[in-house]
Amino acid sequence: MSIREPHKYSGRLIVVEGIDGSGKSTQLSLLQTFLQSEGYDVSFTEWNSSPIVKDTTKRGKKKNLFTPTTFSLIHATDFADRHERSILPPLQAGLIVLADRWAYTAFARDAVRGCDRDWIRNLYDFATRPDLVLYFRVDIDTSVARIMGGRMQLKYHEAGMDLGLSADPIQSFRLFQSKVLEEYDAITEEFALTALDAKRSVVEQQREVRKLVKPLLKGLRRHGLPKHTPRAAGEA
Amino acid sequence: MDAKFYGAGLPKCDTASLPGHLVVIEGADGVGRSTHIELLQGWLEGHGFAVATTGMVRSALTQKGIEAAKEGHNFDRTTMSLFYATDLADRIENEIIPALRSGFIVLADRYVYTTMARGAARGLDREWLDRLYGFALMPERTFYLRLDPDELIRRTLRRGGELDYWESGRDIGLAPDLYTSFRKYQALLLQEFDRMTERYGFSTIDASNTVEEVQAELRRELAAMLDPSLLLAPAPDGTD
Repeated sequence: MSIREPHKYSGRLIVVEGIDGSGKSTQLSLLQTFLQSEGYDVSFTEWNSSPIVKDTTKRGKKKNLFTPTTFSLIHATDFADRHERSILPPLQAGLIVLADRWAYTAFARDAVRGCDRDWIRNLYDFATRPDLVLYFRVDIDTSVARIMGGRMQLKYHEAGMDLGLSADPIQSFRLFQSKVLEEYDAITEEFALTALDAKRSVVEQQREVRKLVKPLLKGLRRHGLPKHTPRAAGEA
Repeated sequence: MDAKFYGAGLPKCDTASLPGHLVVIEGADGVGRSTHIELLQGWLEGHGFAVATTGMVRSALTQKGIEAAKEGHNFDRTTMSLFYATDLADRIENEIIPALRSGFIVLADRYVYTTMARGAARGLDREWLDRLYGFALMPERTFYLRLDPDELIRRTLRRGGELDYWESGRDIGLAPDLYTSFRKYQALLLQEFDRMTERYGFSTIDASNTVEEVQAELRRELAAMLDPSLLLAPAPDGTD
């Protein structure tokens, strides 16, 4: 298995990508609710959440111990653990795995931090290639407005403060995420990501998401279906 | 020493001037690596060299995390390789390179080769492992203390030691009992080390010889690298 070859598991892997404030997590959560209501078995995983690695990441961030190389490696470690523990089993069992961020996040962010692009791609070579990668493309102004307007806060590393681009978190976020966006654009082509205009309303985006997901659902088992004809995917 | 890397190296890490020397001692648990490092350190310091030592899983960043992961039941081979790579990268950037910059001789108790061997013994792709360690600084010398698994077992047991769970590769189900598992696993590691010897330029030392013989060989090699007169005069403080 490799990130460059289609997988042979009976499940489906659907991934969302995008910068902070792109709205990808909201869209994934709506998709999850929808798929579950349609009787599909769904499993969810998110970036940076491995039970055996996340404490190390937390310690490194808190004590400012990371370099670009170790920051990249610890995220790959976290990903590897989740891949083995909570991504492969559901894929093998025929579930739909929904992932908030995938290796592409590392390809974009770590490259901006100065890591060699080929080296990062090799790190994640073991990752399963998703059936669909929804890339929520948004401009920096919109994402900053969303983050500042909502309950979200600008975090040190998400704002790229470790790169010393600017002492002002918002300015640093703008500079860092602009570079991340450029990397995402290059990756979109290289790995055939499906780009969505994330400036639109939540409802408009979710309709498009369901339309894109629908063809992937063919042949998947469902449980507890209502007796009447199920709604077609794509109808909100 | 010149800063050479196995691959792209370390971004944002200053390696312009490294007057020190990086020397690696590799080999299985129980071959006497730490004994020899201690003896070398005393000898070199006696001659006025500044010496720093570093060893697996001693990084401030990952030590606790790796120890906790090893206590659990679920430590997959890829995760393990990457976690150990994080440990190495942290020590290379935060311990080894700063010491080399200050002119220290760094004696490393194991290096990337141990984790490459462990990964390969667990079926990971050797090329993937090699590329993963593209960040690693090439040591000036790597001494591989080689001992066959039967002798290794006898040494460990006659000291009252136990065969360690991970050093026995118990996670990969090689055999139902500890002894057979240890023997098989160590044979796999030996095979990996032998395979790496030429590619990574190891100097193999027969660890079935006495401590005195092995130490004398290490000193001859280091003296040739640092200063041939080291072997002529006794150390000024008489530690010889």
